[in-house]
Amino acid sequence: MSGDDELDLRSLNDEELTQQIHDDLYDGLKDEVVEGVNILLERGWAPYKVLTEALVEGMRIVGIDFRDGILFVPEVLLAANAMKAGMAVLRPLLIETGAPRLGKMVIGTVKGDIHDIGKNLVGMMMEGAGFDVIDLGINNPVEKYLDAIETHKPDILGMSALLTTTMPYMKVVIDTLKEKGMRDDYLVLVGGAPLNEEFAKAIGADAYCRDAAVAVETAKELLARRHNRLAASA
Amino acid sequence: MVDQDAPLPELSPGEDFVFARGRGDVLLIACGALAREIVALIEANRWPAFDVQCLPAIWHNTPSRIPEGVRKVIRSAKGRYRSIFVLYGDCGTGGLLDKVLAEEGVERIDGPHCYAFFTGNERFAQTAEHDTTAFFLTDYLARHFDKLIWEGLGIAAHPELLPLYFGNYTRLVYLAQTRDPALEDLAREAAARLGLDYEFRFTGYGELGRALTARA
Repeated sequence: MSGDDELDLRSLNDEELTQQIHDDLYDGLKDEVVEGVNILLERGWAPYKVLTEALVEGMRIVGIDFRDGILFVPEVLLAANAMKAGMAVLRPLLIETGAPRLGKMVIGTVKGDIHDIGKNLVGMMMEGAGFDVIDLGINNPVEKYLDAIETHKPDILGMSALLTTTMPYMKVVIDTLKEKGMRDDYLVLVGGAPLNEEFAKAIGADAYCRDAAVAVETAKELLARRHNRLAASA
Repeated sequence: MVDQDAPLPELSPGEDFVFARGRGDVLLIACGALAREIVALIEANRWPAFDVQCLPAIWHNTPSRIPEGVRKVIRSAKGRYRSIFVLYGDCGTGGLLDKVLAEEGVERIDGPHCYAFFTGNERFAQTAEHDTTAFFLTDYLARHFDKLIWEGLGIAAHPELLPLYFGNYTRLVYLAQTRDPALEDLAREAAARLGLDYEFRFTGYGELGRALTARA
């Protein structure tokens, strides 16, 4: 998809440029993505439209090819880096223009675990999809999750773990929420390489998300269901 | 392939025992990253009972392939061996390897991964909190650092990925199965390239040796 070194992005029409940004994201070309984003903004695109149609859609394609074994972690990381650079341009504009917000998520890697590649991807894609994301970083004990929940009052709690030895800590957090009678106040989404649906069910999470795109879709779907339930019971 | 009627190798004291596949009647299904250590133990202990089949060590980077890969070997080997034993930790399969092994009626070595069973599972668990920011190498990983880590993770081609992978680590801990100055140099050099402090811990073969002794 690369090899267009001489390509003048300004010579492309909107549709072609959007497609080119998808390709540049796929190839992890950070500078080109930023340039493309700036051109679309100059042409009067709303920041939210640039975000969803150029960046999020581009990363969605990357996600599909990762899931299908066409792309591997290094390529996804390069794409994510490029998307991050594009997001950095858009973020202040999105705040100014009041883009639609879908909900709020607190996310963090569990205690004993310092791996954050997957978590960062999820956070970025959730932000791109319209969620406010509070990222607690790595190595989080249950107290830190509880403090963040208390402070930020999110709709969703996201937990990540890469290690077989640290994933059981997710249950510690969920059990603590149950003990405090808070479990049903939040959607709990979990993810990480060694996890699976069975594990998520066993520890009492609402869902296992195998990748960032699934996390976004799951969050949207479960939040919509919850809103419908609340509306029906009102 | 086991020929049950084939005679066991005849050895005289002092003669080198050279492992060869296809002779033993206890099949060890193992991660390729353990092959050298397993053969070293078999030869040092002159164990004639074992046959070994290894699966690709590169699955270290894609553990979801391990459970069904192991199942496939078990099924193709069943009935041809007196017993089968698996030399994998959970290795990031999130319990799926254990589920496959329970379904197939085969046991594996205890432990979450080779770092733990080389160190000793109990000891590894005790130091887990202290080692939260440690990145481990074994002899195999020190030997193949370039291929598996530096190139395998794309850092060679894209150095900007280095902080994304290793930004949260502080130390590289080389868990050594053998005392080999050349491997120590490689491990120390790996730490420097990753920008991490270096620590050496000699583990020997740890619970790998004990597990094989029990089945020899």
